Amino acid sequence: MTKPLLEVDDLRVRFHLRTGIVEAVRGVSFQLGRERLGIVGESGSGKSQTGRAILGLTPPPGEVTAKRLAFDGIDLQTASKRTLRHLRGGRISMVMQDPKYSLNPVMTIGEQIIEAYRAHARASRAEARDKALAMLEAVKMRDPGRVFSLYPHEVSGGMGQRAMIAMMLVTDPDLLIADEPTSALDVTVSMEVLRILDELVAERGMGLIFISHDLKLVSSFCDRVLVMYAGRVVEELEARNLREAKHPYTQGLMRCLPTLADDVRPLPTLNRDPSWAL
Amino acid sequence: MLDIQNLNVVFGTGRLRVEAVKNVSFSVDAGESYGLVGESGSGKSTVLRAICGLAPITGGNVRVDGKEVTTPRSRDFYRTVQMVFQDPYASLHPRHTVDRTLSEPLAIHGEKDAETRILQALKEVGLGPSFRFRYPHQLSGGQRQRIAIARALILRPKVLLLDEPTSALDASVQAEILNLLDDLRRRMGLTYILVSHDLAVVAHLCERLLVMRHGEAVEETASNALRSGKAMSEYTQSLIQASQGFTRHPSQPAHAPIV
Repeated sequence: MTKPLLEVDDLRVRFHLRTGIVEAVRGVSFQLGRERLGIVGESGSGKSQTGRAILGLTPPPGEVTAKRLAFDGIDLQTASKRTLRHLRGGRISMVMQDPKYSLNPVMTIGEQIIEAYRAHARASRAEARDKALAMLEAVKMRDPGRVFSLYPHEVSGGMGQRAMIAMMLVTDPDLLIADEPTSALDVTVSMEVLRILDELVAERGMGLIFISHDLKLVSSFCDRVLVMYAGRVVEELEARNLREAKHPYTQGLMRCLPTLADDVRPLPTLNRDPSWAL
Repeated sequence: MLDIQNLNVVFGTGRLRVEAVKNVSFSVDAGESYGLVGESGSGKSTVLRAICGLAPITGGNVRVDGKEVTTPRSRDFYRTVQMVFQDPYASLHPRHTVDRTLSEPLAIHGEKDAETRILQALKEVGLGPSFRFRYPHQLSGGQRQRIAIARALILRPKVLLLDEPTSALDASVQAEILNLLDDLRRRMGLTYILVSHDLAVVAHLCERLLVMRHGEAVEETASNALRSGKAMSEYTQSLIQASQGFTRHPSQPAHAPIV
């Protein structure tokens, strides 16, 4: 690997609130090549804000600072709005958590994919339509033609999420950020969606940032895992070495899950050490 | 304690008719904990809702403590059976303090001693008296679920219906709530019916469980059998596999076709 796809150094996200300043992300640094990186943490650990900050989607009044935040050599902090618009959706895409909220309810799925494609590529409607249908097929929709003309409320959660993935991948991005892409779905359905995502990422050689609260899922899906706590990365490790995690927080997260294999009772709970947050 | 025979639940009529639950039967002994597992749309929550009167019983019998339930449910019924809902962010009234939330069931049932009962209920779920006058937005997700459990327990019911009580919570908080439920059951001799899509959670909390799919019972099995992984339908096997995380090379799981 020559040059990292994404460089993040000392990323901070601050919110100025009436009650004072809340720092949601406090100095996160990592580099990403064309690999699958997982970011795990509990609610409020800053994992989603990290993903949003990369795309410049931090909601106001949030404030993002970083020593370096660069995608493929392009500094995202100083880039013009025009460049950012070109990158967002074109070269970096994001799959959100819940297809119910993130798809446009008054446009058919096909129209939305066409819109995403034509925003970034010069293509005639007919070309875009073919591309959209091909993409729907790539995410294993059984009848792409039918799904194409359906509205988001007419499809199930699993189908909606696959449509969302189709829309995000139609522009052939280099980096995909998936923020809890399967937490709104059923276990069996979410495995299927992950499998499709996995195949497409491998096939197209993309970089993937997979944000989730599910340590077990992330470790089985990703190559490398960042564990976040209170806005910081407390541990970075290879996914297959998860069992050898050093940080007590990671170990605690691993142990507190009930498993089918053995019956521990009471379940060990996590004693949060204030020093972790320092 | 609870006996359900050939339960059917049908919503709508004509073209919109949906058979949500088809001929489901099971019975739960006093002090036992029973799990209902399945994916969304399998009818597992509808069974719970039918028991406590939130969904119509179209056919079959539901007996609680030997007595057939009446529609609408009597006040006595709610003294015996209480429910805890999935999302503590949605199930507590946002403009009611903890005190008001907990005193409502007491007022409805004409109970005296509200003050001591509320303080005791808070203690039972591991929260101090300092939580009494807080609003839900001043509580974390785990604390809210504790309040929801306290509300359900304040009338001293015998049966607790738990509808995905931990799926909206973080893993570490889930462990705390599961421990609390385990502990309360032992101390108060409660009977649980737990609905969850997470096999590991059900196996942890329940002795026996029913796997459901498309409104029908697939199989009834024991947690021990589940752990040892023997004699199970293909569908249960695929659920077990899904609960063990992502596998890159699946051995063709028998998952439901996505419609």
